Amino acid sequence: MAKVRGKVTFKEHLCKGCELCTTVCPVDIVKMAKDRINTKGYHPATVDEMEKCIACGNCATICPDTVIQVERLRDND
Amino acid sequence: MAEMVFQRTKGLQDRPFHYCPGCTHGIIHRLVAEALVELDVLDKAIGVAPVGCSVFAYDYFNCDMQEAAHGRAPAVATGIKRVHPDKVVFSYQGDGDLASIGTAEIVHAAMRGEKITTIFVNNAIYGMTGGQMAPTTLVGQKATTSPFGRDKDHAGSPIRISEMLATLDGPAYIERVTVTTPAHVRKAKRAIKKAFQTQIEGKGFTMVEVLSTCPTNWGLTPVEALRWLEENMIPYYPLGVYKAPEEVK
Repeated sequence: MAKVRGKVTFKEHLCKGCELCTTVCPVDIVKMAKDRINTKGYHPATVDEMEKCIACGNCATICPDTVIQVERLRDND
Repeated sequence: MAEMVFQRTKGLQDRPFHYCPGCTHGIIHRLVAEALVELDVLDKAIGVAPVGCSVFAYDYFNCDMQEAAHGRAPAVATGIKRVHPDKVVFSYQGDGDLASIGTAEIVHAAMRGEKITTIFVNNAIYGMTGGQMAPTTLVGQKATTSPFGRDKDHAGSPIRISEMLATLDGPAYIERVTVTTPAHVRKAKRAIKKAFQTQIEGKGFTMVEVLSTCPTNWGLTPVEALRWLEENMIPYYPLGVYKAPEEVK
């Protein structure tokens, strides 16, 4: 069975740095970007190891500010 | 081709929420909007906004909205629904609005079995005014007006709205949910959809109580606030269905 891969995109300007998304990721790849701040003045949430994403959508489900968009990629993508 | 798993619903306007970081109002707004879109009733939905943190709800929902005086959202929703019986009418209220100044309105709207849906956001504190004790504040919980914790002898025990309204014959569907985990969020959405569906079927008053957080006024981080809710609020406000449409005759 092909491995499910996902792609998450963050609208970083909407992020308020609440960190709820970082607590629900089953593969623990959602982190706060401590090296930058957004226009609201928060460290935005981000993903560095995107290849580990399984497109479960947990991060987007718990996000109070609809920062996160999740796509599931097929093998030929 | 990539398949979209999650994107911002069209039921919300393209406008950032003003809520504090980690406030679960944002999740609940989204669930209501998604439910309206998925039931294909967004264009005939009319929402009634309360007074409280969610006073600007009319700026966020992509459907017709009406602002009500403090606590009077069920009365305004009653009027709208009776004039427009084919519309899907909901009120969105916090615990300071619904359980305190608006208790009479919600009890009587429920008693009359008004065919409206109330989304009741219970975070056990007054948020907008700065963290005063609400009727739903837990015994021992600190607030600006109960700095040593709510005293049962002085202020009584918190009011359980869902249980109270479930004793009436008017309501068709009452459920208490929360949004502390993705699983709970998905369950909350199912409850909200069921409430709207029950309203559309004309069975009577419907309400979904959503246990919510107030990280700012609780003095906790958003992540700590969700754990505090699970450990303290859920034991006092048990989750579950208090009135099911199947029981309505």
